[in-house]
Amino acid sequence: MVKKRISNDRSRYIIQAIWTLITNSFLIGFIQGKIYQGKVKNVCVPGLNCYSCPGAIASCPIGSLQAVIGSYEFKFAFYIAGFMIVIGSIMGRFVCGYLCPFGFFQDMLHKIPFYKKPKTFKGDRLLRKLKYVILIVFVILMPLFLVDIIGQGSPYFCKLICPAGTLEGGIPLVLMNDTLKQTVGWLYAWKNFLLLVTILASILIYRPFCKYICPLGAIYSVFNPISIFKYRVNPEKCIHCHACATECKMNVDPVKNANDLECIRCGKCKSICPTNAIEYTYSTKKYTSKN
Amino acid sequence: MRKQKKKNINIISICFLFIGIVFMVFGIYRGEVPVMFEKSINICLECIGIG
Ligand code: SF4
Ligand code: SF4
Repeated sequence: MVKKRISNDRSRYIIQAIWTLITNSFLIGFIQGKIYQGKVKNVCVPGLNCYSCPGAIASCPIGSLQAVIGSYEFKFAFYIAGFMIVIGSIMGRFVCGYLCPFGFFQDMLHKIPFYKKPKTFKGDRLLRKLKYVILIVFVILMPLFLVDIIGQGSPYFCKLICPAGTLEGGIPLVLMNDTLKQTVGWLYAWKNFLLLVTILASILIYRPFCKYICPLGAIYSVFNPISIFKYRVNPEKCIHCHACATECKMNVDPVKNANDLECIRCGKCKSICPTNAIEYTYSTKKYTSKN
Repeated sequence: MRKQKKKNINIISICFLFIGIVFMVFGIYRGEVPVMFEKSINICLECIGIG
């Protein structure tokens, strides 16, 4: 069982690493300090990956959403909203578990040993609602209403909060570009402070950014119960040993709700289950007491 | 009975998928992609914490 869990973890890390590399495959950008300007930037990646990262070949859905909402021409981003609806209705937060570079970064940080890593704390459940507030306030309302004289809003989430932008874009670009180096100020310091807090928190807590802050995770979470790809627990096989709930680092109990909003579909529960009661499914067949 | 439930849930997922595709096509049609493209091919100073 332990072997099965380790192999599940390992294969997930490999997929995450490969996907991170694919989405940031413009490696020359890291040498030249420039960003990719080709046609692929017309499409978004499913996970949170800053489009100002020198390696990024496609666009970040949250950055793009704010860019369109905040433009003076449009007040709703159909293209990006549609993209997220398509991805969400196919796989929900599977994106978080497997296809998000910033999620992968936090997974790796959490592997750094520390003498005590709290699994939960008082207020954890309430704090998880914060990501929905951030989505509504910083990603939608502020770019929509806090506009300049020509009606142009800023990407406030990127500007004031997103540590992925600092990590992937801010630090490498500023380091490689003398002009940018001279323009850094308090905002850059603030963003680096937030990144540092995120890094330290990720060592202690499993994926704090995903649990409490990420607006993309908030969007995909609402698709978990209705997405085509989902989990289900076979009640006839389940022996209620709670191994799955204990193993889950997102604090989900799959037996209570196999498609909880917080489940990132990492599969840890599935691999620990002694009776193989947890299954992936594409069908919508539900187990009933009769079958 | 079970078949009915299966059908209903399938319809919800497929409806969302369809809505998503329609949204994307409409967004492309009304010219949202160049706005996003313009932002993503120039270093976004806000994203990197400068602007
Ligand atoms: S919650 Fe956000 S940062 Fe975390 S894995 Fe999902 S998309 Fe990525
Ligand atoms: S319920 Fe299972 S798949 Fe979902 S986050 Fe927890 S361990 Fe991962």
